[in-house]
Amino acid sequence: MTTKYLIKNVDVSGVISDIAIENELITAIGSNLQVEGATEFDFTGSVALPGLVDLHTHLREPGKEDAETVLSGSQAAARGGFTAISAMANTSPVADTAGVVEQVYRLGQSAGLVDVFPVGAVTQGIQGEHLAEIGAMADSAARVRVFSDDGNCVFDPLLMRRALEYIKKFDGVIAQHAQEPRLTQASQMNEGFVSSQLGLKGWPAIAEESIIARDVLMADHVQARLHVCHVTTQGGVEIIRWAKSRGINVTAEVTPHHLLLTDELARSYDPIYKVNPPLRTESDVMALREALAEGIIDIVATDHAPHAAETKECEWQEASFGMLGLETALPIINMTMVQTGLLNWSQVADRMSAAPARIGRYEKHGSSLTVGSRAHITVMNPTQLWRVDRDRLASRSRNTPFHGMEIPGVVQATFFNGRITHKAGA
Amino acid sequence: MKHLLSISDLSKSQAITILNTAEELARASDGPMKKLPTLRGRTIVNLFAEDSTRTRISFEAAAKRLSADVINFSAKGSSVSKGESLKDTAQTLQAMGADAVIIRHSASGAAARLAENRWMSGAVINAGDGTHEHPSQALLDAFTIRRHLAHGREDLAGLHIAIVGDVLHSRVARSNVLLLTKLGAKVTLVAPPTLLPVGVESWPVTVSYDFDAVIESVDAVMMLRIQLERMSEMFFPNAREYSRYFGLNSDRLRRMKPTAIVMHPGPMNRGLEITADSADSARSVIVEQVTNGVSVRMAILYLLLAGVPESEGVIA
Repeated sequence: MTTKYLIKNVDVSGVISDIAIENELITAIGSNLQVEGATEFDFTGSVALPGLVDLHTHLREPGKEDAETVLSGSQAAARGGFTAISAMANTSPVADTAGVVEQVYRLGQSAGLVDVFPVGAVTQGIQGEHLAEIGAMADSAARVRVFSDDGNCVFDPLLMRRALEYIKKFDGVIAQHAQEPRLTQASQMNEGFVSSQLGLKGWPAIAEESIIARDVLMADHVQARLHVCHVTTQGGVEIIRWAKSRGINVTAEVTPHHLLLTDELARSYDPIYKVNPPLRTESDVMALREALAEGIIDIVATDHAPHAAETKECEWQEASFGMLGLETALPIINMTMVQTGLLNWSQVADRMSAAPARIGRYEKHGSSLTVGSRAHITVMNPTQLWRVDRDRLASRSRNTPFHGMEIPGVVQATFFNGRITHKAGA
Repeated sequence: MKHLLSISDLSKSQAITILNTAEELARASDGPMKKLPTLRGRTIVNLFAEDSTRTRISFEAAAKRLSADVINFSAKGSSVSKGESLKDTAQTLQAMGADAVIIRHSASGAAARLAENRWMSGAVINAGDGTHEHPSQALLDAFTIRRHLAHGREDLAGLHIAIVGDVLHSRVARSNVLLLTKLGAKVTLVAPPTLLPVGVESWPVTVSYDFDAVIESVDAVMMLRIQLERMSEMFFPNAREYSRYFGLNSDRLRRMKPTAIVMHPGPMNRGLEITADSADSARSVIVEQVTNGVSVRMAILYLLLAGVPESEGVIA
């Protein structure tokens, strides 16, 4: 039986239009469409975007199902307007074999709300010592193309070189968590004036920048594809700008929280603001926004990092690093990038859908909203405000730094492969 | 003032109120009746999740002189060392009806977490949190400096104080910088560059790497304890070199102003940051700091717990 939907009165690339969906495809875009037997939604005032793609998500299954499962993370993703997410490898056990990535992939398929693309570990156990079975993960049913030890940096330069070379075999990419480990031992927050006052051990910007600099040179030397996870510093942006000007094959991401929040929030000693890499300064935030607008930073990625309550209800230095991100990402981008005039909606579609799909080689995602394309669609009302309530999120965890904030943009509906996976108020 | 978490919680006049109250309580303690009935029936918990003898004893003596019931809850053998969370400990203390908790903890911000989470309703007094602050120490230091050098003034205007040593890891230094500058003193930090935090350039202080260039102009030197593990962490080459550049010895002692005093929060590493003859010299007020600590802590407990209405400001 065919499922038919008719989305009425949404902004599609600047034109108020209707979108007809049949089965998995967009069958018509135009004004005053009529589709017999279709379920109609009038989304006047909303904008339609291609389904969002997240290249950096932590789902905690297997191992920490109290914090998040593939299902609950998929639900959070659908609510946030995502149709594809990338499950990071630092689970327990680590996703460093074909068996684990296939398990995560199948859990995603059975949840059926988004495509869950597993990220494979670069090294066994993300310990940074021996290469994981990268080829087997690439050839598995999960068809892994993105490899990352995220949470840890692939620090050993020889190992990083080998990894960059090895993934060329199947057009893979290494997504590097850029953090010099010696300069960040026991580090708690951005190193600067605030850390000097709070007596919390600093995580200096140079610990990120020195690894980015090393890696872009290495990617150039071996002609491989490098992706820099969660860039947070002005200096990191400058290095990536330089690398791109030299034609080096590097892409980079920024998180919504690093586009809005600063290290001043640590003054509360509330570990809800503890994240790795840490919140930086106002001038870093402004540099990151500019870089995303210019395309120096290619994409937005959430780094959605669910944590059980007890790992945040404690002393700062004992707490886990990480913040939720999936359900608030699009409104935060609306607030920081669109309402400020830095990006228009077609650029948002690029930064949050087309470009991440391209980097991850997720062929069935990221295409623009055109007749005949796969019906992955996000509909958001950008002017409607909502107050974030950590108790009313789809995620199993509550560690959002935006709790209590009123943010602009309500995802009205998400369509994944032509099926509706989220409807506001439903 | 409900809690004492950081010196930045205090206005200048509140800080002076504490010092004045401490003077009154010190006078009372010098009389025949050492013990005052002020906090009779109140329960004060000493929650020491990190080893500390002198601060715990000082607070205990202060509380007992005000007739409070004191419960000591120290890390060793307590549930804290068994991995109980700070939240659970706080809720336990709340359930037992603690009116105030004096907390010493290795985590910066632990006292703030205890106070701001509504895990418990009592007053929280920070007795040292990680490398953040140690406000009662700064208050007793200011009290000691004022007694010796302020000539009857209430604040420390015009005085120049050097804080020497491991500023990076020192909660004593952080609280003192805030308090001494609040009270009008000029503060110079003297340390090797490795033991000063990035960001110190925005502090309201002067920084010097040269103790000898500073020693003649100061009214007080406050020597900080240097922990021996800093050597293995590569902050300086060895103890000998540290002492040579940043230790207080008889040569430097001799070059100080005639009226200048020598301070140390204790415990001292004699022979490392301070030589024995400096520590025991006529300039040294180190033992007096300990005595003053009890009076200042009595004042803190009195002002937080004796039900003094906020509007009346002073001890009233």
